[in-house]
Amino acid sequence: MAEFFHMGGYAAYVWTCYGLAAAVVAALVWQSLSDWRRQSSLADKLEKAAGGRVRRAAAPAREDDR
Amino acid sequence: MSLTAAQKFHAYANPARFMALSDRLLAPLWALTLLTLGAGLWFALFNSPPDYQQGETVRIMYVHVPSAWLAMLGYSVMALASAVALIFRHPLADVAAKSAAPIGAAFTFLALATGSLWGKPMWGTWWEWDARMTSVLVLFFLYLGYMALWATIEDPLRAARAAAVLALAGAINIPVIRYSVVWWNTLHQPASVFRMDGPTIAPAMLLPLGLMAAGFTLLFFTLHLVRMRAEIMRRRVRNLRLARADEGEA
Repeated sequence: MAEFFHMGGYAAYVWTCYGLAAAVVAALVWQSLSDWRRQSSLADKLEKAAGGRVRRAAAPAREDDR
Repeated sequence: MSLTAAQKFHAYANPARFMALSDRLLAPLWALTLLTLGAGLWFALFNSPPDYQQGETVRIMYVHVPSAWLAMLGYSVMALASAVALIFRHPLADVAAKSAAPIGAAFTFLALATGSLWGKPMWGTWWEWDARMTSVLVLFFLYLGYMALWATIEDPLRAARAAAVLALAGAINIPVIRYSVVWWNTLHQPASVFRMDGPTIAPAMLLPLGLMAAGFTLLFFTLHLVRMRAEIMRRRVRNLRLARADEGEA
């Protein structure tokens, strides 16, 4: 196990590489998902506040597509 | 902007069919991404041999090469979607182009950083201004410029046009990156997987590399869908606010 983490003496390079990749991917996934959640809940709130009339006006593609 | 113009734009920016389809696709895409990346990591870290020359540092390749691949794929998706947006005015095209940029930028950064971490122990330098590295750095700046352009122009329709022109002009860099190791003498090695005469890499290394590349590619398209959906919602929010402002004035 210690040998595995040692990476033949290149531990600093190999593990920094994998750690950095994990951090960047995690940040990208988190940012993408939280942006989606924020925008879709905002849209829901605005649609509710606007009521049925604007809701219909704001999303005409929905009826056309179905 | 009058209410009718907002409505019209909204009809284009809210393609219900895309939302329904992507909603169904996302769960299986996430599952497949995790599975492929998990298998790739297992082979990359535990079940592949060290290189006879580079020792254990060869494991950096399993992150570096797929990152560099996504850097190129991201820009190609962006440029292609930009062309479709300019020529056919497809309603989803500029959403697709805009959503690809941050993903591509993140993986370009990773390609540069992991290349540096590989270069130091193997070449003895973190960085060299050679053709491959410099052209990939230019790619990184193209992504940043593209994102900055979107951020500075308020109206999404005008921003989309300006950004699309920039994306297409910058596309010349893609073949330059691809062939930089052939056209110039570089510190970077030439291609060893996608070659006319077949891969020259050992099969025991090709398997983890292939799995990681597939996993990264799946991750790209999964994230791209998530970001496109968020962008469509952002435009819906914008139009609902515009409609409300119009109503307030009337």
